[in-house]
Amino acid sequence: MMAELPQEGEQSRARAGLAGYFRVVWTVAEKDVRTELRAKEILGTMAAFSVLAAVIFGLAFDLRVPRTELVVPGILWVIILFAGVLGLHRSFGSETDRGTLTGLLLAPVERSALYLGKTAANLLYFLVVEALLVPALLILFDVNLLKPLILLGLLLGTIGYVAVGTLFAALTARNRARETLLPVLLLPVLAPLFISGVGLTAAVLDGRAASEAWPWIGIIALYDVLVFAVAFLIVDLIWEQG
Amino acid sequence: MNETAVQGGAGRWFALLLVFDAVAALAMIAATWAALLYAGDAINLAGVEQVAQRIFYFHIGSNIAALLGFLASLVGSLGYLISRRLVWDRWAAAGVEVGTIFGVFVLLSGAIWAKPAWNTYWTWDPRLTTATITVLIYIAYMLFRNGFENPDTRARFAGIYAIFAFLSVPLTYYSARLFRSIHPIVFDGANQEAQGGFSIGPTMGQTLAMAMIGFGLLFFALLFHRVRQMELESRIDAFRGEIVE
Repeated sequence: MMAELPQEGEQSRARAGLAGYFRVVWTVAEKDVRTELRAKEILGTMAAFSVLAAVIFGLAFDLRVPRTELVVPGILWVIILFAGVLGLHRSFGSETDRGTLTGLLLAPVERSALYLGKTAANLLYFLVVEALLVPALLILFDVNLLKPLILLGLLLGTIGYVAVGTLFAALTARNRARETLLPVLLLPVLAPLFISGVGLTAAVLDGRAASEAWPWIGIIALYDVLVFAVAFLIVDLIWEQG
Repeated sequence: MNETAVQGGAGRWFALLLVFDAVAALAMIAATWAALLYAGDAINLAGVEQVAQRIFYFHIGSNIAALLGFLASLVGSLGYLISRRLVWDRWAAAGVEVGTIFGVFVLLSGAIWAKPAWNTYWTWDPRLTTATITVLIYIAYMLFRNGFENPDTRARFAGIYAIFAFLSVPLTYYSARLFRSIHPIVFDGANQEAQGGFSIGPTMGQTLAMAMIGFGLLFFALLFHRVRQMELESRIDAFRGEIVE
């Protein structure tokens, strides 16, 4: 894996310039995805959990609610929230377990590029799972979520989720109770995303005017911007010595 | 030699703290008396609602205290991340701990009041939602701190979490408000925020001020004690380290 990172002669070039920066991001993301394709730790679990959860929700609600459109927005976002936590803690958990995190941190590159690369890999996992979940909800609940505004909200919401989630996964990787702690830390902080995601999905499914959907998108986008801005400011603090 | 000097100083501070405790206790007694006996009845309420509205003083008072805890944790976290001195972290942690107690009391007193006033203990009003999420964030913060051995790592990571958490709180309020505004209204078509409202007379205003001062002083008394306790704890840890060596 380390061979993928810029070689000695390239260091200065890799560190300077935006292109070099994004090459580091790409390298880290590619490394993560390749490891995942070989180890199959994250994607399979997340996907299986998502479909399983959709079935469970179907059994829990289907006979009790008059129209499934009433509960599907909540179901969609709850599943994403919980499935996401499953995947995120492996993002740094597997690195810590194998002792490869130290190697990664020793690489002479910007820490924020490492964070961004990890975030990009996680984003890919999430999107793959969502691409599976949306059709699954269509089949189980007969609710079509393939509407442009819902998909836009889903994409932006996932970006914000992954941005916070990856950072928190890095924070909890060193904690004694990391697997159990991550959801407790994440879920309340994700409240604005969750509320807005459900609000947006419900507004679109109810067939309300697009002008009622855009404020939700606005909140989600604002959340994304704020989270990335703060993440970039503080990412160097996470991996200090100590 | 130096140690006795430190202890002497600590002793003087402790005496001062006890005086402060007494002041806070008196202020709380006065606030309780005012809330239950001194404050006049609300003009436009009757029956159970008339009795229940008196919880309002405790509700607002503890809300002030919870807000102070919120501020202490934010200032303490930023202070630590900038200065890297553990004193700041203790203020942040103590602020969260004391703030949580008052935050839970805000939620409980609100629910008790809401049953007669709104005919339900709970509603997803933006303020309720935001207050609940904030208390949950506090609890998560305390659990998070628990899992670290190294005090510096603990302070740094908790500080980072606090900053993210508090970034999300205003957005939670905003999204919860939007959520309500386009949802059907639960209470008879009227704005539910207006339900159970009452006008404030002069004695009620004075009582409210007393409650806010009383709870504010109580908050600081608890905060000072907790910070002092944490300082003693770290000193014991340091001594223990010396003995082991």
